[in-house]
Amino acid sequence: MHGPVAGTVRAMLRLAPEAHRLLVAHCLDGLPEEACGLLAGPDVGAGAPDVTATRCLPTGNEAASTRVYTIPSRDLLRADRAADDEGLVLLGAFHSHTHTEAFPSPTDVRQAPDPTWRYVIVSLARPVPVVRSFRIVEGTVTEEPVVVG
Amino acid sequence: MPDVRLPTVLRTHTGGAAKVAVDGETVGELLAALEAQFPGLQGQLRNPDGTAHKFVNVYVDDDDVRYLDGLDTKVGPDAEVSILPAVAGG
Repeated sequence: MHGPVAGTVRAMLRLAPEAHRLLVAHCLDGLPEEACGLLAGPDVGAGAPDVTATRCLPTGNEAASTRVYTIPSRDLLRADRAADDEGLVLLGAFHSHTHTEAFPSPTDVRQAPDPTWRYVIVSLARPVPVVRSFRIVEGTVTEEPVVVG
Repeated sequence: MPDVRLPTVLRTHTGGAAKVAVDGETVGELLAALEAQFPGLQGQLRNPDGTAHKFVNVYVDDDDVRYLDGLDTKVGPDAEVSILPAVAGG
């Protein structure tokens, strides 16, 4: 097996342990509805392959639904300001799938607002939550590994 | 002049600037001034009839303009106008 070619950067989302803990806890707390929120971290350039989310910023789900989510725009505003105050930028959004796999649904792909963002999905379909991360660029979904730590 | 904060997805049209100072007394005037200064923003913020795009949320300081006067909402010289995308899925 070959390692990465010297000079290339592997795509991945690093999640700080506290951000991971809060992300999963918020999704479990949201049951039976989908839960959602935002991720923030140091600015390493929009869409950089290797990013670290140091902060999880849970929000409400305006849709209050088991199948869809909407981040209230007021929560987005607050999260953007909170990130800015800490010298961080918003890197992406997360939400839970209560009964399905941690993979972007057609709705997720269609409504992804920012091609530079990471889209993290937490599946609660099985006893152990599964956390996966994706880039969604012009309708194309690419998975990247999630590294906690 | 009021400041307009833009979401990451629109910053490619402003040469990377996250915050731009533009002149205008209402939100509509600010958006028009933004579009004039950065033509790449045309069609991104407003529909052809001049109304705000459905997937764009506009705040003046802490207030969503849809609960104020929409694009006619007056903007003071020290106001911060924030443009936020709709973040949703299923």
